[in-house]
Amino acid sequence: MKISLFIPCFIDACYPQVGISMVKVLERLGHQVEYPEDFTCCGQPAFNSGYWDEARAVAEKVLAMYRSAEIIVGVSGSCGAMMMTFYKELFHGTPLEAEAKAHAAKVWEFSDFLVTKLGVTDVGAKFPAKVTFHDGCHGLREVGLKKQPRALLAKVQGLELIEMDAAESCCGFGGTFSVKFPMISTAMGEVKCDSALKTKADYIVSCDSSCLMHIQGLADRQKKPLRTMHLAEVLAKQ
Amino acid sequence: MSTVAQVFKETARRMTHDLRHRSWIQNALGKYYVGRDEKKARFQNWQEARQAAAEIKWDAVNHLDKYLEQFVSKIEARGTKVFWASTGQQACDYIVGVAKKHRVRSIVKSKAMTGEEIHLAQALEKSGVEVVETDLGEYIVQLREEAPYHIVFPAMHLTRHEISDLFNKKLGSAPTDSPEELTMIARRTLRKKYCAADMGISGANFAIAETGMISLTTNEGNGRLSTSLPRIHVALIGIEKVLPTLDDLALFLPMLATAGAAQAVSCYNTFIAGPRQEREPDGPDEFHVVLLDNGRTRLLADAEQRDTLHCIRCGGCLNVCPIYKNIGGHSYATTYMGPIGSVLTPHMRGLTEWKHLSFASSLCGACTEACPVKIDLHHHLLQNRRNAIRCKSPWWEKLIFQGFVTLMNHPLLYRLGVKLGWFGQKFHGLVKGTKLDPVYAWTQSRELPPLARNSFKDYWRRKQS
Repeated sequence: MKISLFIPCFIDACYPQVGISMVKVLERLGHQVEYPEDFTCCGQPAFNSGYWDEARAVAEKVLAMYRSAEIIVGVSGSCGAMMMTFYKELFHGTPLEAEAKAHAAKVWEFSDFLVTKLGVTDVGAKFPAKVTFHDGCHGLREVGLKKQPRALLAKVQGLELIEMDAAESCCGFGGTFSVKFPMISTAMGEVKCDSALKTKADYIVSCDSSCLMHIQGLADRQKKPLRTMHLAEVLAKQ
Repeated sequence: MSTVAQVFKETARRMTHDLRHRSWIQNALGKYYVGRDEKKARFQNWQEARQAAAEIKWDAVNHLDKYLEQFVSKIEARGTKVFWASTGQQACDYIVGVAKKHRVRSIVKSKAMTGEEIHLAQALEKSGVEVVETDLGEYIVQLREEAPYHIVFPAMHLTRHEISDLFNKKLGSAPTDSPEELTMIARRTLRKKYCAADMGISGANFAIAETGMISLTTNEGNGRLSTSLPRIHVALIGIEKVLPTLDDLALFLPMLATAGAAQAVSCYNTFIAGPRQEREPDGPDEFHVVLLDNGRTRLLADAEQRDTLHCIRCGGCLNVCPIYKNIGGHSYATTYMGPIGSVLTPHMRGLTEWKHLSFASSLCGACTEACPVKIDLHHHLLQNRRNAIRCKSPWWEKLIFQGFVTLMNHPLLYRLGVKLGWFGQKFHGLVKGTKLDPVYAWTQSRELPPLARNSFKDYWRRKQS
């Protein structure tokens, strides 16, 4: 199976270890991966802000870039949702509508790909820590990630999962919302941090680095003893 | 930025700092979630029930012409007077006219969001008629001279102490801690109002086309009393409230109770099909139904967002919305608050002035997931954003997104940008958290992650070579 990776822009620039971890896990499972180096961004920031023409200009390039890909695996529930769900809305009624649909059918979020597509839950990871899991909204409600990441965590040696209250409630990031309405976004983040703190877990794990960026940024500013880690990083630990 | 948006931002900012409010609302809704999930489990299959409800509503809304005419002809046949109001003003004028014609001096009003929507009570009071809200929560906020805080729980933001103080001040009752006693104080006052009222006003939860009757749901019995005791009853009903058949209520009544108030079924469900008929012992002499458009047909014409007319005003989306829970119902300054309000208000009151509500969302989708009639709420927020930007976009924001396209569509430029950012971030500390900070909107309350020395693209190149 030829796997094409998509690495969201902010993971490329700020959290390369998340992408590297995904590569390691996929290679450990014996898969060959390729990466279209010209991929930058899926266009979601423009789309969510109402600039659909601009989002389309970026997304058109993405469609072209992955035209020959068999399977596209990405390390973000949110950017995955953009390609799986929102490209169809974005290109609705345009000549690229059919291609956007075909593209959407090829895209997988990393944990969903492992569990649903490959049928793998044990990737040979070992990580002796207590973790709690944050369900990123796009992953949860647009992609349907709920059991998949938990099935993977359950097979990580030494790892204990402690569920927090309201694991499914939003961390407050929401893309440009976080800078348009910073105080609402921050208040939502505080509620999330409080839930996570109550579990006394060592790490908050999620399928989305964007949520974790928000949670970590807030926890650091408020000096809350919280550490975050992407699921891919957990799965790469040995 | 328009004034409404500025006020919203300021109120929201203040509310997010109110930790007492935050924990009060989280607590109250925590109990609601437990009850709602218990009641949801009583459905054979909640998801299928939602689908069935959405399909019935789809049929009703897409054949509104047929069902409304059926409803009207049936209900008129029993002596009801029906008035079609295109605007809120027309509806107010008609109802004020009926009150004047019958020399009405006092009115008891059952809870009706349509009344809030068109400011009916204010219009009637201006014409010299006393209007008393009879729903306990509505009565409390009326005494406080404020708007409802929530579509279903208008006074949920108040503690019993605050209500006791209010009753003490406004009604002269002795202070008490007991919710039962507080209810009795309101009840004693309201009973006198019922007996004195010449007119009762209600909304309707549903209007049944097949039988020509309205369905009214309350938990206090105030709806039934307000509509049967006074000699005139006026029901103010949004045109989207119509359901094809009486059987549909078998699904919609428990669904409304479950999603709205975490109940299996509400305490009082009343069906009204006309004024007092011959040989009937009680009921009003006159029954007026005012069918309100007020922007609804505009929404009907919008194929993309037509399903917004499915809304049964259960408030379920408010209860799960993390924005609502943090800023509270009053920050919106709208009749309909929370996710449904953020979708609806720009349609009803103008996109330019109210678009900020569609942007004030993390698009988490909890509302869409909770909606019993499957309105695609968070996607409609995205569409409102698109429409708003199409109408008018701030030049500086347009410039930013044009820059975004240039950067993202030129991989070399993007790589250069990331590298420059890595160098530039060393100087960020000089301005971080100040007004000179280009990312102040983020850094005023959060730390920014550093750009990595080596990006993923760097890693990949090394790996390939």
